Amino acid sequence: MNARLADRLATVFFWLGAVIIILLLAALVGYLLFQGGRWLDPGFITRPPENLKAGGGVGPQLFNSFYLLFLAMLFTIPLGVGAGIYLVEYAGKGDYNPAQDLPQGKKATAFLLGVINLSVETLASLPSIVVGLFGLLAFVVATGWGYSLLAGALALTVLNLPVMVRISQEALQTVSGDLKEASLALGASRWETIWKIVLPAAFPGLVTGAIITAGRVFGEAAALLYTAGMSSPMLDFGDWNPLHPNSPLNPFRPAATLAVHIWKINSEALIPDIRRVADGSAALLIIVVLVFNLLARWFGRYLYRRMTAS
Amino acid sequence: MADQQPKIIINNLNFYYGSTRALKDVNLEIKPYAVTALIGPSGCGKSTFLRTLNRLNDLIEGVRLSGEILLDGKNIYDPDVDVVGLRKRVGMVFQRPNPFPMSIYDNIAYGPRIHGITNRHQLDEIVERSLKAAALWDEVADRLRQSALGLSGGQQQRLCIARLLAVEPEVVLMDEPSSALDPISTLKIEELIQVLKEKYTIIIVTHNMQQAARVSDYTAFFLNGEMVEYDETEIIFTKPRDQRTEDYITGRFG
Amino acid sequence: MRRGTGPMTAARRRQLYREYVGKSLTFVCAATLIGITAAIVVFIAMQGLSTFVVNHIDPWRFLFSTAWQPDLPHEEGGPLVGTLAFTIGSVSVSLLAVLIGGPLSVVAAVFMVEIAPAWGQRLLQPAIEILAGIPSVVYGWIGLSVLVPFLRARLHTLGFSLLAGCLVLAIMIIPTVVSLSADSLRALSRDLKEAAYALGSTRWQTISRVLLPAAGPGILTAIVLGLARAFGEALAVQMVIGNTRSIPTSILSPMTTLTSAITMDMGYTIPGTPWNNALWSMSLLLLLITFGFIILIRLIGRRRAYR
Repeated sequence: MNARLADRLATVFFWLGAVIIILLLAALVGYLLFQGGRWLDPGFITRPPENLKAGGGVGPQLFNSFYLLFLAMLFTIPLGVGAGIYLVEYAGKGDYNPAQDLPQGKKATAFLLGVINLSVETLASLPSIVVGLFGLLAFVVATGWGYSLLAGALALTVLNLPVMVRISQEALQTVSGDLKEASLALGASRWETIWKIVLPAAFPGLVTGAIITAGRVFGEAAALLYTAGMSSPMLDFGDWNPLHPNSPLNPFRPAATLAVHIWKINSEALIPDIRRVADGSAALLIIVVLVFNLLARWFGRYLYRRMTAS
Repeated sequence: MADQQPKIIINNLNFYYGSTRALKDVNLEIKPYAVTALIGPSGCGKSTFLRTLNRLNDLIEGVRLSGEILLDGKNIYDPDVDVVGLRKRVGMVFQRPNPFPMSIYDNIAYGPRIHGITNRHQLDEIVERSLKAAALWDEVADRLRQSALGLSGGQQQRLCIARLLAVEPEVVLMDEPSSALDPISTLKIEELIQVLKEKYTIIIVTHNMQQAARVSDYTAFFLNGEMVEYDETEIIFTKPRDQRTEDYITGRFG
Repeated sequence: MRRGTGPMTAARRRQLYREYVGKSLTFVCAATLIGITAAIVVFIAMQGLSTFVVNHIDPWRFLFSTAWQPDLPHEEGGPLVGTLAFTIGSVSVSLLAVLIGGPLSVVAAVFMVEIAPAWGQRLLQPAIEILAGIPSVVYGWIGLSVLVPFLRARLHTLGFSLLAGCLVLAIMIIPTVVSLSADSLRALSRDLKEAAYALGSTRWQTISRVLLPAAGPGILTAIVLGLARAFGEALAVQMVIGNTRSIPTSILSPMTTLTSAITMDMGYTIPGTPWNNALWSMSLLLLLITFGFIILIRLIGRRRAYR
C-alpha cells in the first residue's frame, strides 16, 4: 500500500517537473513576444539606431546578424562536414590489407583520432567568451583586420565547428552499411561511395542540423564583442560593392549584431528608450530562432519523405 | 569440366577476428563457369570466406588473414593489388536486397558511370542489357526513372544482380541471395543463376540445402571455420566421404 | 596470366586521383580542428602568462588573493591582481545554478523517457530545443528587465545579486542537462526495466532503484556539462549580478565572476598594461578549468565503461 502511495506521489512529482519547464518556456516566449512584439514595425526593423534620441531602429544590426551568419556558415559547413566525413568514413577504417600486418599505421591513426576527438571536445566545451578572445588575438590583431565581419565570422566558425562536426558524424553514421558495402562491391572507391551514396542519404540530417546550429549562431554575442565589434559604420544600402567601406557587404567593416546590440545598449547607451529597443530586438531574436527551429523540423521531414517515398 | 584451369585457388587460408580464428586452413579450387555452393550451419565461416574473396572484410577493424587467394594465378592479398579493381572483377550480391535510393536506371548506371562511361547512348545500352540479363527488363522497362525502392523484394534483388552485371565482373559472389525472398522470387533467382553461369563464375552461400542441390555444380561444406569436404554437388549429396557432412546433409544437426 | 587487379585504365586513374583529393581534403578539414585547438591554447597562454613573466606577479597571489587593484602604480606596491573574488563568484553562481536547475532537469528527463514518452516527445522535447535556442543575451535581458526589478521590489535589496545570476543560469542549463540525461536513460536496455517490473516493483521503485542508478554516470556527465556551461557563460550573468569586486556574503549580495570581469574590462583596458594582462590570465584560467571539466567527464565516462 505504502509503495503504491509513493508511486502515485512520485508520478505527480515528475509531472510537476515537466509542467514547470513547459510553463517556464511559455512564460519566457510569451513575455518576449508580447513585450517586444508591439514595437516591431517596418520602421524599427529597417531604421538605423539613434545615439542620443529615442526612436532608433535596428536595421543594420538585423542585416549584420544575417550576413554574419551567412559568412560563418560558409566556413562552418564545408569544414564541419569534411571533418565529419574523415572521422566517420576514413579515420582508422578499411583500405588496409589484413594479410599485411600494419600495427604501426593502426596505432598512428588511433592516436590521430584521439587527438581530433580531444580537439572537438575542447572546442565544444570552451566558453564562448574565450573563443571571442582568441578571435581578438588571431583574427583581429594578428591579421590586422581590426574589428570586422570576417573576424566575427571566423570566431563563430570556431564556436560552431565542433557542433557541426558532431552533427555530421551523427548524420553520416545513420547511413546504412549495406548501401556502402553495395557500392564498394561494385568497384566504387571510398570517395565515390561517400559522394554518391553516403552524402545524399545523410543530406536531411545535415540540413536539419545546420539550420539548428544556424539558430544558435544567430543569437551569439559573447564571441562577437571583441571580434565583429560593437558598432557599425553608417551603411549605405544602395552600395553593394563589397570593396567599399560603407557597403553593407564589405567583410572588413565592424558589425554589431542584434544580440550584441542588446548587450551594448544595456551597458553603455545614452538613448532614453533602451527598454523599447531591447525588448524589440529580443522579440526579433526569438522570432528568428523559432523560425529556424520550425524550418529545421519541417525541412528535415520534407526531405526525409521525399527520399524514402518518391 | 573437371580439367579446366581453376578460376580461384585458395591455399591455407586463415582468418581472424581479433583473436578468434574464423577460418582454419581452408584449401579450395573454384572452377570457372560453374556454380559452387558453400553450405554449413550458421557461424561456420562460409560468409566470412565469401567476403575474403573480394576483400570486403578489409572494412572490418581488427581482422587478420594468412594464406593466399589466387585469382587467375595472382594473389589478391599481395601488397600491389588494387582493391577497387579487384572488386570490379569480383562482384557481390548481398543477403538483403540493397538498391540505392535512386531510380532504377541510376542504380544500374552507377557502376558504369564510376568506371568512366559517360556516353548516354552507351549507358542506355548497358542498362537494357543488364536488366535483360537479370530477367527484369520486361517488368521495369516502362518505369526506369522511378525509384528502385518501389520494387518488390524479389525485383529489388534482381535489380541488384543487374547492377552488378553492368560492371561486367568475372566472378559473382552471392551471400544467401534469396533468404529474404518469397518462394516464387527465389525460383526466379535460381533460374537466373543457371543462365548466368554460362558467362560468370558463381559462388553462392546458402542455408538451404535443397537450393544448393538445385543450383550448384560443386559444393563445399564448412563447419566451425573448416572446409570439411568439397566435391561435385551430386557426390556431396549422395555419397559424402566425411561423417560430419553426412550428418549435416541428412539433417542430424545444424 | 593476367594481373589480379584489372587494367590501369584512364577511368581508373581518374578514380584514384579523385579518391586521393577527396581523402586529403577531408583530412585537412579534420586537421583544422587540431590546428584551431592548438592555436587557441598557444595564443591564450602566451598572452595569459605575461602577468607572471612580464609583470612578475606571483601565481599563488594571482589565484588566492582578493586584493584587486590592477592600476595601482608600482611605487605604491601595485599592481595587485588577486582574482579569488572572481573565481569564488564563478564557482558559487554556477554551483547554485546546478543545484537548482540540475534536479529539475533530471526530473524532466525521467518524465520524458519513463512517465509519458508521448507527451515528452510532442511537447517537452520541442520546448527543450527552443529553450536551448534562446540566445544568452535574451536570458540576460529578461533577468535584467524582469527578475532584477522583481527582486528589488520584493526583497528591498539592490536586485542585482548572486540569486539573480544563479536563477538565470539555472534556466539556461536546463536544455543541456535534460537532453543528455534523457539520452543516457534511453540508452539503458529494456531488459533492465522489464526485470524490475517483473519482480513486482512499482514504477517509482523501478526508476529510483534501478534506472537512475544505472544511468548514474550519464546523468552525472550531463550535470557536469551543465556546470561547465554555467561556469563559462558571460553575458547573461554579467547583466544581472551587479559586478562588484568582492566575495558575495549572502545570496542577495551583488558579486562578479571571471567571465563577467573579462567581458566588462577587456574593451576598456590598454593592451600591455598589468590590468589587461590580468584579464588574459583570467582567460587562461578559464581555459585550464575547461580542460579540468573535460578530464572530469572522461573520468566519469571511464567509470561507466567498467559497469
